[in-house]
Amino acid sequence: MSSIEIVDNTVSQLSLLLSEKKLSSFEITQAFIDQTNRVDDRVHAFLHLDEKNFLKQAEESDERRKNGKTKGKLDGIPIALKDVISVEGQPLTAASKILENYISPYDATVTRKLKDAGVIIGGRLNLDEFAMGSSTENSAFGPTHNPWNLDCVPGGSSGGSSAAVAAREVPISLGSDTGGSIRQPASLCGVVGMKPTYGMVSRFGLAAFASSLDQIGPFGKTVKDVSLLLEIISGHDPLDSTSFPREVPAYGSLIEDKLEPSVIGLPKEFFGEGMDQEVRDSVDKVIDFYREQGHKIIEVSLPTTELSIPVYYMIATAEASSNLARYDGIRYTSRSKYSENAIDVYAKSRGEGFGEEVKRRCILGAYGLSSGYYDAFYLRAQKTRTLIREDFNRVFDEVDTILTPTSPTPAFKFGEKSDDPISMYLSDIYTISTNLAGLPAISVPCGFTKNRLPIGMQLIGKAFHESELLSIAHAYDREHNFGCESPQLV
Amino acid sequence: MNESETNSMDIDYVSNLARIELTVDEKEKFRGQLGDVLKYFQKLQKVDVEGVEPTAHAFPRYNVWDEDSPKEPYNIDQVMMNAPQSRNNQIVVPKVVED
Amino acid sequence: MKYEAVIGLEVHVQLDTKSKMFTRVPCGFGREPNSLTDCVVLGLPGALPVMNYEAIEKSIKVGLLLGCDIAETCKWDRKNYFYPDMPKNYQISQFDQPICLGGEVEIEMPGETPAVMGKHRNVQLTRIHLEEDVGKLTHYEKDSLVDYNRAGSPLLEIVSEPDLFSPEEVFAYLTSLRNSLVYAGISACDMEKGQLRCDANISVRPEGQQELGTKVELKNLNTISGVKNGVEYEIKRQIRALEKGEEIFQETRRWNPEQKYTTPMRSKEMAHDYRYFPDPDLMPVKINKDWVEKIKKELPEKPFDKQRRFFQEMSLPYSITSALCPDLALCNFFEKANKLANNPQKIANWVVNDLQRELSSKKTDDFQLPIDQSPVSPQNLAELVMLIEKGSISNNVGKELFPEMFSTGKPPSELVKEKGLEVKSDQGEIDSICTQAIEEDQDAAEKFRGGKEGAINALKGRVMKATRGQANPKLVDQTLRRLLS
Ligand SMILES: [Mg+2]
Ligand SMILES: [Zn+2]
Repeated sequence: MSSIEIVDNTVSQLSLLLSEKKLSSFEITQAFIDQTNRVDDRVHAFLHLDEKNFLKQAEESDERRKNGKTKGKLDGIPIALKDVISVEGQPLTAASKILENYISPYDATVTRKLKDAGVIIGGRLNLDEFAMGSSTENSAFGPTHNPWNLDCVPGGSSGGSSAAVAAREVPISLGSDTGGSIRQPASLCGVVGMKPTYGMVSRFGLAAFASSLDQIGPFGKTVKDVSLLLEIISGHDPLDSTSFPREVPAYGSLIEDKLEPSVIGLPKEFFGEGMDQEVRDSVDKVIDFYREQGHKIIEVSLPTTELSIPVYYMIATAEASSNLARYDGIRYTSRSKYSENAIDVYAKSRGEGFGEEVKRRCILGAYGLSSGYYDAFYLRAQKTRTLIREDFNRVFDEVDTILTPTSPTPAFKFGEKSDDPISMYLSDIYTISTNLAGLPAISVPCGFTKNRLPIGMQLIGKAFHESELLSIAHAYDREHNFGCESPQLV
Repeated sequence: MNESETNSMDIDYVSNLARIELTVDEKEKFRGQLGDVLKYFQKLQKVDVEGVEPTAHAFPRYNVWDEDSPKEPYNIDQVMMNAPQSRNNQIVVPKVVED
Repeated sequence: MKYEAVIGLEVHVQLDTKSKMFTRVPCGFGREPNSLTDCVVLGLPGALPVMNYEAIEKSIKVGLLLGCDIAETCKWDRKNYFYPDMPKNYQISQFDQPICLGGEVEIEMPGETPAVMGKHRNVQLTRIHLEEDVGKLTHYEKDSLVDYNRAGSPLLEIVSEPDLFSPEEVFAYLTSLRNSLVYAGISACDMEKGQLRCDANISVRPEGQQELGTKVELKNLNTISGVKNGVEYEIKRQIRALEKGEEIFQETRRWNPEQKYTTPMRSKEMAHDYRYFPDPDLMPVKINKDWVEKIKKELPEKPFDKQRRFFQEMSLPYSITSALCPDLALCNFFEKANKLANNPQKIANWVVNDLQRELSSKKTDDFQLPIDQSPVSPQNLAELVMLIEKGSISNNVGKELFPEMFSTGKPPSELVKEKGLEVKSDQGEIDSICTQAIEEDQDAAEKFRGGKEGAINALKGRVMKATRGQANPKLVDQTLRRLLS
């Protein structure tokens, strides 16, 4: 099999090829490296790739397989991680100049779990600096390009993670989702991306943006691949106090079970103005599909939807202003050369080291917490967050799943929104509220515009009901497989 | 709090509080952009949150702790590997004025 | 016009736990710089805090000991400010829901003489909260060095009401607080090691005025005497300023222990806009009644309660109890020995005088031998007191014996036997020694016969010398009087 053929496979297919000894992990990994070398100068999904180390791990996996000591289904499958997830001995820049020279001395919990499962970890993927953005234009090391149209953004903040899978540079990847940062780029790049329930995946080792909203999650070509990866990274972690003690079901096998007819809710607030007509048409077809499959489709209401953006931005920026205070030029981040005293070190190192969006958000967050404004902003946002959660609870009394578009529009052009924070913030309108409520949600490719830009739909599940959510997503995905289509570039 | 108080900010005060030095241009740009953002956030001021408990965690729990059993600390190489400046196994910082 | 000072104290106490507040890196003092850290202590990207159960439990214990209300739930907040000793540039602390509220510390003021008990009073507490400690900065001419070993250690902040009115009360408060905390095994409270640190809020007002004057926060009070001297100076400074018609500024001042004055610290701009908010990385703590009851059962008797018991049940004099009670180990030793000998006055005397003297003679590096390493056990001391009471040995022999018990660790009965030190009570033998004494000092004998009662002591001295103190004193007295009559 040629390397171009290899990279078109799903993880499930690669896993089968490995177990039938038709391919080695080395060959697979080499094929993805070749593909990266072929396309990444155009896509720029990777910030860093240590090919030697990547291949060495693949050889070790092959050695294990030879000795009958394979660690699991994904042993030997290559992956790359968003550059906010710690891997011992590897850089972690968060796409920020301030962490340009930082090497992590420890493994994130998800990293350790991947290693324990024999997954081959190679490379650091691009993002909006500190995961702040919806286009990956905010990377200090240059933007990532959408593999379906290089003039378009891949979405963000996990734009490197979605683009790398879409461009077949890796079969699966990890990203992080604070307000849609996995689902929106998955949608814009035509791959599957999932944000698990808050607390299902450990945040230990994830450079924090907004601690009460951040979750690590998987990207893949299919719902099946994503479920296999989710199974590996989920589970209670005593090193993360917000991690939930819950058994992890074998998602990968559960989703094949036959689906009972269920109730799917369409929140009317999500289907109003601002949605692109082509997006609307694609999602309508998804609705028809589920109806034909025997599911009951009903309209529901989430009246707090329009509040979710101010609530989200207040909470996220407040937490971020505190989380990012540690990047100060003192212990491990780059120090300004122009600083004469300790106060200078802070203000100058941060002024030079942070990009515009990060500065803007840290200032907004500090303002919302500052003396005299706390009650009107941060506390009020937290209370309104309660109303948003209650809205979802009420709807989930009636329905099993909520179906929405993932993003109001397909991928947009570079620079289109970068100087208009509000319009950029609005591109997260469909994804943000699930983070506020902590719910699991997945974006599944559901078609293309006439210009061949991918469109994604979002399914939102009940808290900790990942299995059900994956099953219903898989029911659609296995029939359509839009994530398996390859962009022209390849 | 009235509207004019919640839709403008003293950018010098806040950037100093956040310890982020801004250029003159950045200040000008942010003042406008953040003013717009705050105006957009006015929605929040109109919500009736009387008697509503704040949500700090989507799924609150209590008493998440660990027993007091020490583990191995970092060795000095791990501590210093990223330090911008160090001496005698300590981080060097420009003179801290005793304040 | 007469002025009165009003003082509130913020005392930081390092809890004695094995590992840090939010990670399981060991706590320690005097170790190689930066050898007690990990990703959490250093605040590396991705590091997350996990609470230390022991620190919570110890905090509840302190609260119960000081009569606080224990919160049903408490939570963690971030206090945001930038300083190089603080790795994350925020301190995890408790803002509006501290673990303990209210409470009081009983203090004793000095009496008229050291032998007389002084006045007691309860100083009111505002709150106690738990937080993490910061690292340590060492300043050099051109730069400063940071060691993060201390960073992240569990730190209890005990905040008093403005309920102290003199430097002497401040001293009494700290002494009492420290004794209680050491009693309960909360902390060694060694100020030299920074285990107990203190800031004072000081204001003065004309006597009789209700409202408080302008408050000045005084820092760098690193020893108990430093606290006393610093507070004393600052009160005088404020009174002097008011008398000259000057204004007192609300500011933070620093005590300079070498030059003995306070100077204003360069005011940190906006230092008080800490932007507190609930730490999203941590879950709150719920403290139920069962837990509180369980800890209540482990509480030690408080030092002043013990002292009162020693007065009431054992009629010990104040001077003895005031030497015993600040030291729990000493008290425990005393009570153990007394249980066997049932002679509190004598046992207490031996413990306070002889045992203490021997222990401090074993000083190494300024530390006297801890009492739990005393070679004289409570059993041995009890035995010694009982031997003397029974008249088996004289008090003098006992006094001679004690240092030997201390150096050999042997029980007194064994030493008595070894050295043949038992009291001589054989009438025939005493008769002949007394006869010989009278012959040797005819002068004294004549004086006694002539009515000079005191002259008999010279004869007794000769007998004791001849018997190396082992003659039964009662018998000697009787015998001499018989022979001289
Ligand atoms: Mg304080
Ligand atoms: Zn404190």
